[in-house]
Amino acid sequence: MSPSFDLAATEVLAADTQMGELWPLFWEATWQTLYIVAIALTLGGLIGMGLGLALYVTRPSGLYPNRIVSVVLNVFVNFFRPIPFVILIAALQPMARLVVGIGIGNKAIIFAMTFAAAFGISRIVEQNLVTVDPGVIEAARSMGASRMRIVRTVLVPEALGPLILGYTFAFVAIVDMSAIAGVIGGGGLGNFALQYGYRQFDTVVTWTAVIMIVILVQVVQFGGNALARRVLRR
Amino acid sequence: MALVEMRGVSKVFPAASRDGSPVHAIDDVDLDVEAGEIYGIVGYSGAGKSTLIRLVNALESATAGSIRVDGTEITGLRERQLQKVRLGIGMIFQQFNLLRSRTVYGNVIYPLQVAGVGKAEAHARVAELLQFVGLAEKAHTYTDQLSGGQKQRVGIARALATSPKLLLADESTSALDPETTQEVLGLLRRVNEELGLTIMVITHEMDVVKSIAHKVAVMEAGRIVERGPVFDVFSDPQQPVTRRFVSTIIDDLPDPEALGALRERHPGRFVRLAFRDEGVRQAEVFAELIARDVTFELVHGGMEDIGGRTFGNLTLSLRGADTDVDAALRAIGARLETRELR
Repeated sequence: MSPSFDLAATEVLAADTQMGELWPLFWEATWQTLYIVAIALTLGGLIGMGLGLALYVTRPSGLYPNRIVSVVLNVFVNFFRPIPFVILIAALQPMARLVVGIGIGNKAIIFAMTFAAAFGISRIVEQNLVTVDPGVIEAARSMGASRMRIVRTVLVPEALGPLILGYTFAFVAIVDMSAIAGVIGGGGLGNFALQYGYRQFDTVVTWTAVIMIVILVQVVQFGGNALARRVLRR
Repeated sequence: MALVEMRGVSKVFPAASRDGSPVHAIDDVDLDVEAGEIYGIVGYSGAGKSTLIRLVNALESATAGSIRVDGTEITGLRERQLQKVRLGIGMIFQQFNLLRSRTVYGNVIYPLQVAGVGKAEAHARVAELLQFVGLAEKAHTYTDQLSGGQKQRVGIARALATSPKLLLADESTSALDPETTQEVLGLLRRVNEELGLTIMVITHEMDVVKSIAHKVAVMEAGRIVERGPVFDVFSDPQQPVTRRFVSTIIDDLPDPEALGALRERHPGRFVRLAFRDEGVRQAEVFAELIARDVTFELVHGGMEDIGGRTFGNLTLSLRGADTDVDAALRAIGARLETRELR
């Protein structure tokens, strides 16, 4: 191994980096990512759950079979889901101004992320509910349970393990979305990495942000897996 | 008045595709199930028996006819009213349909929670039910750790929770091995005898009907083609489909192949004797043969015991002078149905 090469490489990485002065900004960016992702996951998760349940129960074999509602919901979800997030942010700007009062910054990015997350999660929820054995739903009906009660006490509990894994998956996707918050002036680790790492040719800064994101994703994935395992008892 | 009364009931499913034709799953069925009976309904897959039983607790709605359960007309009821009716009807399933997210205790208490029974009362009731089905020590086990027989016992406990008058059993033993089947059938018999529940059992296994049912109806293409007390239907089946079902567990005639093999080993004339009336003793019949010096061998068949009554089909090989055999057959023919196999 050649010592001169090693030295040169270390010099390139270490000599130019501004990371030393950027720590306060880095922690703020981490906090902002958590904040943006948490709100988008919570709101998008709730709306996605509602949409997913609606998609599921209005199927022809569902608890509230309704062809028209089913078709409308499916077209609606299929319309918004494939739009690349960067474009969706721009497309939703007018709506963001209407709903959250502003078209740029964290509020606007949370709005766009919630919107995208809701549609993505709705399909995850629907897919997981489909795996619930129709027999147990029939059994609950035969016991005189109302349809709302079946949704609450059979459908969701029976699909809880896969749902937890689905939401964990959604968390990673939402972290991914948060990376381009910078395009409309949002903050967070993605913006931090682009602004102080990529644009300043400061690889150390970029990689510090990357490692933080990896840690966040790992922690949540680990927690999600553990929770799902407990619910599934395997 | 019968506990379940179906009159002119039909169920038509709309065509699956645009150019398909609608499916007449149930076609103008009348059925009375009296309180306290175990009523078996048999038929091949697709005969409509699953649909029929689901009409009784309105999991499917009839497209025509009247269905009364315990005096209540259930056709045309709204969902909310049907939920009340269903509380009084238990149901068990082939695949048990237990909630995996709940323990044995959680499964059995579920219908009590639906019925709005108070916590203390529900708890006591679950304990009592688990005692009855012999699973008290499994209360806090999750259902995926139970054997098939145990699962069905949980299913039965759950179905009994709200003290229904009627229990619907949908192929309830078809997923179980023969020994476990007997165990579950024994439990169903106790449910009928000790708790006085009326049970409708649908099955394709004639053994199930033979061992627990009092009456049986045979379904084919959405219709009931034959019905009656189990002994009558088993001992004297009228319809081809009924004969096929009965022959799965009761030897009637040897099939042609077996008959050929038997003839090689047993010279003599083959006669099938159908014992139906219990007044006719086998000894008296054999005495007619002995009296005329006709020797006989039993080559096929056997006797069956259904609900304490005996019947059977015995195929004998008879050897003796032709005139003696004819005379013996005439004498026997006066007591029971004989049929010479040629």
